Amino acid sequence: MNERLNLLIGLAMGLNLLALGSSRLPTVISVLSAQGMVLGLMPLLMEHIDWRVAAVAAATVAGKGFVIPHMLRRAMRAAQIDREIEPVIGYVPSLLLGAGGTIAAVALARMLPLLPEHTGSLLVPGALASVLTGFVLLIGRVKAISQVCGYLILENGVYLFGLLLIHATTMLVEAGILLDVTVGVFVIGIIVDRIQRAFDSLDTRKLTALRE
Amino acid sequence: MKPLLLIIVPLLGAGLAALWPDNRTRPRLLPVVGFIHAVLCFWLLVAPPEVSVGAWFGFDPLARAVLPAVSLLFLFCAIYCVSYLRIRSERPNRVFVAVLLAVLGLLSAGHQARHLGVLWIATEAVTLAAVPLLHFNGQPRAFEATWKYLLVGGTGIALSLLGSFCLGYASLEGGGGGDLTLTALAAQGAHLSRPWVLTAWVLLLVGYGTKMGLAPMHTWKPDAYGEAPGVVGAMLAGGVTTVAFTAILRVRSVVAAAGEGPITDRTLLIIGLFSMLVAALFLLGTRDFKRMLAYSSVEHMGILCIGAGLGAAGMWAALFHVWNNSLTKGALFLSAGNIHRAAGARTVDDVRGMARVTPRSAAIFVAGLFAITACPPFGPFFSELRVLRAAFETGHGGTAAMFLVCLLFAFFGLTRVVFAIVDGRPRVTARAAGNHFAETSWLIIPPLLLLGFSCWLGLATPRVLQDAWTAAVSQLVTSK
Repeated sequence: MNERLNLLIGLAMGLNLLALGSSRLPTVISVLSAQGMVLGLMPLLMEHIDWRVAAVAAATVAGKGFVIPHMLRRAMRAAQIDREIEPVIGYVPSLLLGAGGTIAAVALARMLPLLPEHTGSLLVPGALASVLTGFVLLIGRVKAISQVCGYLILENGVYLFGLLLIHATTMLVEAGILLDVTVGVFVIGIIVDRIQRAFDSLDTRKLTALRE
Repeated sequence: MKPLLLIIVPLLGAGLAALWPDNRTRPRLLPVVGFIHAVLCFWLLVAPPEVSVGAWFGFDPLARAVLPAVSLLFLFCAIYCVSYLRIRSERPNRVFVAVLLAVLGLLSAGHQARHLGVLWIATEAVTLAAVPLLHFNGQPRAFEATWKYLLVGGTGIALSLLGSFCLGYASLEGGGGGDLTLTALAAQGAHLSRPWVLTAWVLLLVGYGTKMGLAPMHTWKPDAYGEAPGVVGAMLAGGVTTVAFTAILRVRSVVAAAGEGPITDRTLLIIGLFSMLVAALFLLGTRDFKRMLAYSSVEHMGILCIGAGLGAAGMWAALFHVWNNSLTKGALFLSAGNIHRAAGARTVDDVRGMARVTPRSAAIFVAGLFAITACPPFGPFFSELRVLRAAFETGHGGTAAMFLVCLLFAFFGLTRVVFAIVDGRPRVTARAAGNHFAETSWLIIPPLLLLGFSCWLGLATPRVLQDAWTAAVSQLVTSK
């Protein structure tokens, strides 16, 4: 049971690196969508599946796998950009940072005390690595949509960590969290659209009117 | 039931505002809902209800100690808003009014949340709901500010969710059920897993600290407050920040119950002093009077953290300061909004002599300046004095010294900007624009009353409020 879950987490961690190394926005969004679906399947591989766990899985696959990527693709088409040129942190350095971060995450997770049933699991390292990947994308990319992708990968990391608590937290809270994230992306999409209209570009380096 | 009404009534009002057909009469919903909310809130303040232990929402002593301040601030902002939106009648206000009411409901939910997950949902929802308020002006600069607000705020809030999960795992690891209600976590106390509790504390402090605007996570604040309408700045600085502060207080009591109280106090003191220092230095350099208010807000968030890190007496002073900060900041933002509208500019290079163009707003602005820089007889003087006394009583002489130095720098910075825009001869363009802007009484009375309340709190702090703060402190500290 744990091995299959670890396989999926490993897959999600590999997708992180793919997102770091890709310059094309459609690829990054597809990676995000694939990662969302992988994340959605994970609850089904955990012990004692009940209807609540199944509902969380279904909602996550729908939200992270389809709805959010669809909104991002629409924003991308509206802005007519599909490539990230001149990132702040280049693709190779990003990959190296991501790989180093993954190793650090595994090392860090060893230092934290875990319950016996979680000791062999990659959940904690996977969560930390995704949070780190998200940060690299947030800092290292200049196009607004790429930054949103970074934010979502960071959220995915938080979600991975949340799986540790899936039997402890109540359905309502999980539903609320997923709803908030989805609405968040929706709001971000609107703002991206307005920035595109106001600045005629989604290059966040042009957002420099406000500073001290 | 009444505590839930505090959440439901504004949300229903928001729904009604979204459906209301008339742009001219819609803003009147704001004071109506604000008045109902304030009446309910003060009723509960005087007659606090029983809170069941496992409930997710409850008007507990901490909510009782802080939420009425937010309610009062909202009421005056709502009254101001009716006149403000009449001036801005060229812009549709359906979204603005609905969202402002939703923010009030979500703030009430956040203040009353006793479950970490629910607290997170409410805070995140407030963050998202505030977005349309920030770019109400519709200029490119406003969208830039909104983008920064969303990205920095969103990242911070994601970290606080991770922190909430860590606290849940601390409970699982310690043999508990992973229940995220704060009372259950605090009851588990020393059985919580220490490494996870500390990880959670760092993540939650950074996360909710971002929302509160503590340095170095404050970078969104000057942009957002600078570009948003004055009334939105007032609600953000006096309402949204307080939810994040109470969130930190609630988490602190859990971490302290786990036996890590001294570490939380030390981190709060450090981050508080750093925020004050950063704010004071930026205040010495800024030339924009709305950004100045944002840095002043960073400074006061620092003061709140310092108070919270100084034990029971300091926490009492911090809760007192929450009231003073909310009311005084409200007066400052509303009068600054008037001055901005009349002058058509925001920097000391472009704005001068506002004492002649908008004499009443300028007078309130100057009085508000003295209030916020802790001149007696206004409330902030007394609460900051109590913070200082708590620092000396607990043997934090160095903290007290730095606190005073930062206050002095902030005083220099604030007076420099305020007198530069108030004194002197008005610009010709400003005078022409000022002729179009009438200081109607409904634009003056709300900030004046807010200032009056701030003064009253200082001179004669009502008994019931003092009791509420004492009860809140015992809720937060006895769970040790």
